[in-house]
Amino acid sequence: MQSVSSQQVQAQTGSKKSKLSSIGLQKRRESVTGISFVLPAVILLIIFLLLPFMLAVAFGFTKFNLLRPDQIKFIGFDNYVLLFQDKLFYKSLYNTLYFTIIVVPVQSAVALMLALLVNNRLKMRNVFRIAYFSPVITSMTVIAILWISLYNPNEGLINSALHALGIPKQPFLRSADQAMNSIIFMSVWQAAGYQMMIFLAGLQSIPKDLYEASAMDGANRLQQLKYITIPSLYNVIVFVLTITTIQAVKLFTQPYVMTNGGPENSTRTLALLIYQQGFQFRNAGYASAVSVIFFLLVVIISFSMKKFLKD
Amino acid sequence: MADRKITIFIYASNIIVSVLFIIPLLWMIVSSLKPENQIFTDLDSIKSLLPTTITLDNYIKAFHRIPMMKYLFNSLFYVSIIGISGLGVNSLCGYALAKLSFKGKSVILTAIIALMIVPFESIVMPLYFVVNSLSWVNTWLALIVPFIANCFSIFMFRQFFMDIPNELLESAAIDGSSPMKTFIKIVVPLSGPVFTTVFILDFISHWGDFMWPILVTTGESLRNIQLGIQTFFTLPPIFYGQIMATLTFTTLPIVLIFLLLQKYYVQGITSTGIKG
Repeated sequence: MQSVSSQQVQAQTGSKKSKLSSIGLQKRRESVTGISFVLPAVILLIIFLLLPFMLAVAFGFTKFNLLRPDQIKFIGFDNYVLLFQDKLFYKSLYNTLYFTIIVVPVQSAVALMLALLVNNRLKMRNVFRIAYFSPVITSMTVIAILWISLYNPNEGLINSALHALGIPKQPFLRSADQAMNSIIFMSVWQAAGYQMMIFLAGLQSIPKDLYEASAMDGANRLQQLKYITIPSLYNVIVFVLTITTIQAVKLFTQPYVMTNGGPENSTRTLALLIYQQGFQFRNAGYASAVSVIFFLLVVIISFSMKKFLKD
Repeated sequence: MADRKITIFIYASNIIVSVLFIIPLLWMIVSSLKPENQIFTDLDSIKSLLPTTITLDNYIKAFHRIPMMKYLFNSLFYVSIIGISGLGVNSLCGYALAKLSFKGKSVILTAIIALMIVPFESIVMPLYFVVNSLSWVNTWLALIVPFIANCFSIFMFRQFFMDIPNELLESAAIDGSSPMKTFIKIVVPLSGPVFTTVFILDFISHWGDFMWPILVTTGESLRNIQLGIQTFFTLPPIFYGQIMATLTFTTLPIVLIFLLLQKYYVQGITSTGIKG
């Protein structure tokens, strides 16, 4: 009897053990599968994102020509010291921030207005939406070249239109005072449709009965906008402001194609400075230091926006 | 009564604003179809937006001056390869992060979310250094490989796969299906929308690539269409009709793709917007 029962016990524990080990085996197998699934992406991200990022930080402490890696020289914080004495760096930082501070609120406001305009039961709603969205899908290079022609001081469409309205011809991109504002105007026109789409999705998620109830209470359209629409959109607004800010800080293609940073450095931005220092003057160390500052700027913006979102 | 006034107001505003939005692109298309001298004589009147004399002359001449079809092919080729290989690599990674448990998973997920913040501009130089060290400059590899894995795509895939019920995957596993087979036979067919969305977002963003192709392509053979039109713009003698023809031509493929897959592209934009 006893021997039988002990055999049974043994058999039971044995089966439990094998079950446990089969679960362990399964877990191990899942772990191996999981790792093999993420591995291609992780390897690529390490080589082409994480490594370059760490190199940017490291190169910032060196004097270095990209094409002559054998002549790399460690110089500590010299690049940063140089950078904070460089008038061109401050000018580029100023231009970047100027563009951002103007573009973000203006573009978001235009986008919200467009979204409110098409968020009605209109017959041609889709036509309007595509009209507002069409500059977004057109590439920035195309837009920039097109607008150089539109802004042409002598033979441009905009000056012709201004002339018809009795306004004197403007130099636009040719003048240090107007070049950045001209780029801002074009950028708002190009990208407002993108933010409009996000606002539109936000508007459509506001419950309809809120409007019905407020209409019963006698609220007019403007009051509804102020007391229902804007407060309900709060999170979407902060999100749109965040992504617009991060995109704005990266301003590159427009000044590269349209003005090459001129006239008088009035459109030179941080991204353009990185490009020129790094690839035209082959100052990879200095350009890396600018890259690090640029990255910190993006981080500060994102985190302060996130904090703003939580409050 | 008041409602009707508001409706009329909204219609009128929409019409005015959408006309303002469309004028630059309309002028581009119309001018590309006009003889060069007429573009400027029409400039002072509404005729600048109307195709008074239609000719394909600008297109023919521009295509003789630069290899537009070659640029178009180059762009379509490398952007498609990035998009397609990206779907494979990123969806697998997103799936593992959503549905499989393995060592280091949370570290990888956190790292991928953190890396989303790194702007391309801040790593462009060391990336060039890496690509140059691999001797990839002026090869397709330089244009394609660095952009296959994409934190943002991985994250979108993960968010989508999280919603697939575990029971479905478990029952497949009990039936003896390997994880790879489960992924291909069950997960992929369920996930058409997210694959399309990620592809089109990736495609449209790389279609506009400008900074990187300038750096890694030295000859004409690999140049993409954005670089092609930029070079053409600086190539004297400047004929605006021909420039507008190349700009219009460059925009056509992306408009076609957009019209075909509009729903998914807009979904991609709005889903990222709402989730925050």
